[in-house]
Amino acid sequence: MKSFLLDGERISFEEGETILQAAIRAGKYIPHLCFHPEFRPHGSCKLCTVKIAGRQSASCTRLAAEGLEVESETAELNAERLLLTQMLFVEGNHFCPSCEKSGDCQLQATAYHLGMTSAHFDHFYPNRPVDASHPEYLLDFNRCILCSLCVRASRDVDNKNVFALAGRGIATHLVVNARSGKLGDTDFAATDKAASVCPVGVILKKGKGFSVPIGSRTFDKKEIGEWVDTRLKERT
Amino acid sequence: MARLKVATATLAGCFGCHMSFLAIDERIFELVEHVEFDRSPINDIKKVGECDLGLIEGGLCNSENVEVLREFRKKCRILVAVGACAINGGLPAQRNPIPLSVILDEIYLGEAGIAHGVIPNDPELPLPLNKVHPLHEVVKIDYFLPGCPPSADVIWKFLTDLLAGREPEFGPELLHYD
Repeated sequence: MKSFLLDGERISFEEGETILQAAIRAGKYIPHLCFHPEFRPHGSCKLCTVKIAGRQSASCTRLAAEGLEVESETAELNAERLLLTQMLFVEGNHFCPSCEKSGDCQLQATAYHLGMTSAHFDHFYPNRPVDASHPEYLLDFNRCILCSLCVRASRDVDNKNVFALAGRGIATHLVVNARSGKLGDTDFAATDKAASVCPVGVILKKGKGFSVPIGSRTFDKKEIGEWVDTRLKERT
Repeated sequence: MARLKVATATLAGCFGCHMSFLAIDERIFELVEHVEFDRSPINDIKKVGECDLGLIEGGLCNSENVEVLREFRKKCRILVAVGACAINGGLPAQRNPIPLSVILDEIYLGEAGIAHGVIPNDPELPLPLNKVHPLHEVVKIDYFLPGCPPSADVIWKFLTDLLAGREPEFGPELLHYD
């Protein structure tokens, strides 16, 4: 079987696999937010950036190739990953103590993994009203990190196109595909893949609240690096 | 060895971080052998003197908060943002997307049951800031202790690391934002 080196460790891969896919299958963690093993890569969060022959590359979009020497767990790359994570925190309104997703949130868990103790930059405090128009689900746009997983899930799995990313650059934002812009005016349903794919606290089931106590939530029990490949096991 | 001088203050916070500090329980006997408290709600001293360490809970929601923070920065060799509000504004900062005038009107003029409301304007009252800010947006902060509140163990680990001359570090079991 073909293989490449990840931080000096041999990782085998199948033809057509990306570096990140092969790494996750081998139980190796490369920090990432917009990647999900069930979806085609988006390559936008850049947290999975690795270094190959002195050049940086997103490991979720870079195809694995025989003999590549890939660096990931280096002080330099982790410092840049931390900066990207801090920028995500200041761009939105991420108030963990009052978020239902706290403890189950991949942004928070990634920040823990990278040792983030403050967001470093000045906060934007954007004004993003909550959409509670749907009877079963609410959208809290304050926490959106533009990973596009709900866009991909709704389009590619649910065949509905409920979500989209609109605008460009710093003005990019999540929109709902209805004339009113409200989730309640779409055919979004609780059984949709898009209802369960959000890595942060945007797409939330109503009436659930803080149902799991602190200490028993996903990332209270497992560091994100040990959790990522559980998504593969769920699939098989 | 001279005892470290420590000052603490709560700005736009709920005193929860101070309560968590007190939750170090009997370890406080060990602590007072190594530190001496300057200004703090614990002893009610009002003015901060020259200190080795300043612990600040809460963000900045009014002009007095900014004054106290700047005074702490001047007097404390090491200044620490303690808890979620000091680090990102926390709960008080959730007013930030709404204009201050709209909030004041709603609370003092529009609230049901207020017949002849007025917006308080006594010269002794510190003026509210347009937005609530975390500490690091106004002065340099040396260390951040996340958590709502940071647990007594986080505060203890930080203080004991500092007293022992180690760079304070938190393992994954102590790093929490909630």
